[in-house]
Amino acid sequence: MGELWSPIRLTLELASITTVLLMIVGTPIAWWLAWSSWRGKEIVASIIALPLVLPPTVLGFYLLIALGPNGLGGWFGDLAGVRTFAFTFEGLVFGSVIYSLPFAVQPIRNSFEAMGKRPLEVAATLRASPWDRFVSVAVPLALPGLLTGAVLGFAHTVGEFGVILMIGGNIPGETKVLSIAIYDFVETLRWREAHILSAGMLVFSFAVILSVSLLARRARNRVPA
Amino acid sequence: MRDQISIRLAGQLGQFDLKVDFAAPMHGITALFGPSGCGKTTILRSVAGLNRIPGEIRVGGETWQNERLFLPTHKRPIGYVFQEPSLFPHLSVRQNLTYGARRTKAKHAIHFDDVVELLGLAHLIDRWPTHLSGGERQRVSIGRALLSQPRLLLMDEPLSALDRMAKDEILPYFEALHSSLKIPILLVTHDISEVERLADHLVLLKSGRVQASGRLSDVLTAPDSPLATRSDFAAVLPGLVDRIDPDGIAVVKVGETEIYLLADSLSPGDSVRVRIAAGDVSIARLRAQDSSILNAVPVRVLGIEPMGVSETGLLLGLPDGAGQFRARISRRSTARLNLQEGDKVIAQIKSVSLLANR
Repeated sequence: MGELWSPIRLTLELASITTVLLMIVGTPIAWWLAWSSWRGKEIVASIIALPLVLPPTVLGFYLLIALGPNGLGGWFGDLAGVRTFAFTFEGLVFGSVIYSLPFAVQPIRNSFEAMGKRPLEVAATLRASPWDRFVSVAVPLALPGLLTGAVLGFAHTVGEFGVILMIGGNIPGETKVLSIAIYDFVETLRWREAHILSAGMLVFSFAVILSVSLLARRARNRVPA
Repeated sequence: MRDQISIRLAGQLGQFDLKVDFAAPMHGITALFGPSGCGKTTILRSVAGLNRIPGEIRVGGETWQNERLFLPTHKRPIGYVFQEPSLFPHLSVRQNLTYGARRTKAKHAIHFDDVVELLGLAHLIDRWPTHLSGGERQRVSIGRALLSQPRLLLMDEPLSALDRMAKDEILPYFEALHSSLKIPILLVTHDISEVERLADHLVLLKSGRVQASGRLSDVLTAPDSPLATRSDFAAVLPGLVDRIDPDGIAVVKVGETEIYLLADSLSPGDSVRVRIAAGDVSIARLRAQDSSILNAVPVRVLGIEPMGVSETGLLLGLPDGAGQFRARISRRSTARLNLQEGDKVIAQIKSVSLLANR
């Protein structure tokens, strides 16, 4: 069973940490994209959206170079006392955040834009400081978008394959996540294990899509004041 | 300068060019009136700190903006009522009302229960904004602004998004607000009837410039008032109910002049404002003995100017300078009566309406 559980646990760990980081990084980016009047912001938005269309192997290739001893990974690795971040769990987290960022940023940005500036202006005239406005008005009003972003980011990280193969390899307990494990079982003709994990993924994916569409419907039903 | 609001702004907002410099008193309702696109909302938003146009804004001895300083919106002691009620949809009516109150450090001089009573909100308090009518929502948003303990209330066409019925429902609350609270109000409006009914002071705006500014009755009747040539021009005179005659006629004194009104629900001592439309006034040399017209008051002709091709506008003054109003009569009548400035004549007023019970 350890052979089955280890990749599941690793995948959930990776997806959870990635989702937390996505929210921390993605929400300010979405906020900036929603409100900035700078003309070049769509260029930034396009760069963030690149993983949507780029083949995962291409993204993985560049990430591998970036994480490797000659890239940023080597530079930061020196500080941390390791030679490289490629083929490590930390490297996977970094790659996953980049790869899943557009899935989190887009729905959050949309919900901020749908909310509009008026509620924030109203809160400002009622003595709420910028941070207070964000917490007490923007977050509750954009909550469906934030949840959708978190769910999509989590699910997308769970389903990652190409990027992981490129930058993580296949190290049990370190980088061997679900999708890689399934691939591995099929390659070694262990159909039973491949079936169990694949069926689990199927159910999980269905649950994700259902919950996102329910969240979206809740958001639509919110009658504007 | 402690008792006034002074606003001097000069700059661009997008394509719009604004250049204004005026003062309003720290009491009563000052209306910013003009056609859409005249800059009235931009001025109001600048006072709130929601727009940033170079200039100086001082309120009751405090500087909110000058060359070196720009107080952010949440540090200005204002209440702002937007055109649309803009209640927070995720908060109940009670939570909406207390949102600002919980965040203000000012002494709580305006109490929750009083505001609920004043605006008739008691039965709405535990409901959600989505379940309120337009008029109810706007009342809640006014209450929410009041409870943030503002030193200045800013209202941006608070009635224009409402239908006739909701307007009639909310106007009495405005008058109650005016008479029971000592907070100055800057009111943006494009509706002259709101100005006549509510305003004490008037700032006339056009294309980003101030055309006239001062006490309502002064601005309305000033000889060069841009309003004087409007076909719906009306003067507003402050009066005091002197007595109610046995036949139900209310006698209102404007200075020493008695004006007769058909109005119930008045009692002696009430302060009122009466509205006299220029089109409802005719002129006679002698007091008519056999006329159904109730109000025939002696006045002096202060000004005569042509209006269009066939009419004349007259500026009329009550004895002892108690007030002024206007008449619009035909040019032929002006010639036939041989009217001259300084003449003493009788103004027959076909209808006088009561605007507000102050």
